[in-house]
Amino acid sequence: MDTEGLILNCENVVVDYDGFKALNNCSFSVNYNELRVVIGPNGAGKTTLLDCICGKTLPSSGKITFGNNIELIGKNAEHIAKLGVGRKFQAPSVYGNLTVWQNLDLSLKRMSKGVFPTLLGKSTPEERERINETMDTIGLTPDAHSRAGSLSHGQKQWLEIGMVILQDPALLLVDEPVAGMSDKETEQTGRLLSSLAEKHAIVVIEHDMEFVRQIARIVTVLAEGTVICEGTVEHVQADEHVREIYLGRAKVAH
Amino acid sequence: MPEQMQPQQNSRETLSFYLVGAILLIVLPLLNVLPAEESWLRVSDFRLNQFGKFLCFAILALGLDLTWGYCGVLSMGQGVFFGFGAYCMGMSLALGIGKESVYGSDLPDFMVWTQVKELPLFWYPFKSFAAGILGAILVPMIFAAIFGFLAFRSRIKGVYFAIITQALAFAAWLVFNRNETRLGGTNGLTDFKQLLGYRLSEPSTQLGLYMLTVVALGAGYLLCRWIVASRAGKVLVAIRDSESRVTFTGYTPWIYKLFVFVVAAGLAGLSGMLYAPQVGIITPAQIGVLPSLEVVIWVAVGGRGTLIGAILGAVVVNFARSVLTNYFPEAWPFILGGLFVVVVTMFPDGLIGIIRKLFSGGPPVASAAMPKPQTQGGR
Repeated sequence: MDTEGLILNCENVVVDYDGFKALNNCSFSVNYNELRVVIGPNGAGKTTLLDCICGKTLPSSGKITFGNNIELIGKNAEHIAKLGVGRKFQAPSVYGNLTVWQNLDLSLKRMSKGVFPTLLGKSTPEERERINETMDTIGLTPDAHSRAGSLSHGQKQWLEIGMVILQDPALLLVDEPVAGMSDKETEQTGRLLSSLAEKHAIVVIEHDMEFVRQIARIVTVLAEGTVICEGTVEHVQADEHVREIYLGRAKVAH
Repeated sequence: MPEQMQPQQNSRETLSFYLVGAILLIVLPLLNVLPAEESWLRVSDFRLNQFGKFLCFAILALGLDLTWGYCGVLSMGQGVFFGFGAYCMGMSLALGIGKESVYGSDLPDFMVWTQVKELPLFWYPFKSFAAGILGAILVPMIFAAIFGFLAFRSRIKGVYFAIITQALAFAAWLVFNRNETRLGGTNGLTDFKQLLGYRLSEPSTQLGLYMLTVVALGAGYLLCRWIVASRAGKVLVAIRDSESRVTFTGYTPWIYKLFVFVVAAGLAGLSGMLYAPQVGIITPAQIGVLPSLEVVIWVAVGGRGTLIGAILGAVVVNFARSVLTNYFPEAWPFILGGLFVVVVTMFPDGLIGIIRKLFSGGPPVASAAMPKPQTQGGR
């Protein structure tokens, strides 16, 4: 796979829930090894966009191409995951009754994930090494043998990020990683994502502007199912339209 | 870096496996044979035979623990697979009765009184005893593979799967009850005389069957333990914890569910196969909705997701039944139901959970039975 140009290109994607257009002609693209932040008010279609990319939601029209022009629309989630799109959900979704090590071991990319190879398979030393490295990256080495269910909220989020990166995704989709985290955890998460962006393209959805400022290079603003603005944090914050949407909503809310 | 659970827990389990195996396989049979007839030490033929029946049920429970306890797939139709196994073996045994039957016909008695003149075609293979044994295991597995394929492929899960398996149990019960099914109707298959030339009425034959059951249970346990200790076993638990994450990790959950469902059906068939000659009768009453539900109760009482709990639950509940039905025959269903409610609400980890708590120091049940509500962050 060449690392020039676009890893992800969405063109005119439409998701129609019985007349309500969650995504309305949304066009959006991401370069290789880019860390992109997507912001927008509630209901703007941010999560729906990620759902379309990873195969959870089927758009009614549009094009989503990945890597070397691979069309993602119409492929199922397992297939898209195998192609190299990793998804980190908003609520931590880890295997609570398995240990941190087992969580990571299951997520590691392997030749086959069928029943019988998995039944007979043993981890090779290289695989163990990778798992240990990842455990270091996400800072969970001391908890290797703890049940994932007993981790703190922030640790669960990191564990899930670790599980996703062990699948070697070229593109990582991360949905509100710092919601509910303490300031310290938020900062650590920012560092983690920034370091991961050296090897992967990452799309992060986030509300927390503090956090966005910490990690973002380019920000995409989504509202009512379509991209309204794109650029640096300063550029976006200065944009009239964006201010209107955020402030306008704020008025309604008060 | 060790990837298995704590080694000392493993070795403790291995030790108890050998210990219990030795008691069941050597001590109990010796206590049946050696002490004098009236000695208090003596395990009577009746008790031993009864215990053999409980151990059959334990094999059945093991299978359900694999699907329900580990993978979270609740099947309320295990009795059907048990029934297939028992009926396959029963057909072989019924054909082995030969001229000894009440009517002196080559055909099983029920065929004589329901005026069946010729052996139905599907009975022919069971003239061979080997076919009876193979059929008892393979028929349930094949049936489970087809049924499971249709159900899991269509993403039927949770309560919906439980309900259709219960419907399956009811349907099987109706079919087996009909005389036209040519399986003895309500009376089922019974009055077996011999198995490969050994008289079933002889205590030595029954002792042999008991020991065979112990070996089968041991083998079934080792098989299940091997599965749950493997990475595939972790996938099963992962499916129970977060099926969508499993999907996004590149595994196909429904194939794993199908796999354990088929293994469980094979264990149920094995259980039925050993049950028929020891109890001497198999009727539709043993395969319907209620017997299928009882398996669920055994596993819940013993403790889900532990394998040993399933075995313990099957033996303890059935032992309690045999004692209590002597004293309060009418109350048993209420006791059973009450037990289920108490266990589910107060001791979600079952007997094993209680035992581990008592001898604490041991870790809590690794694969805690109750799926805990996901603690949502972000508030």
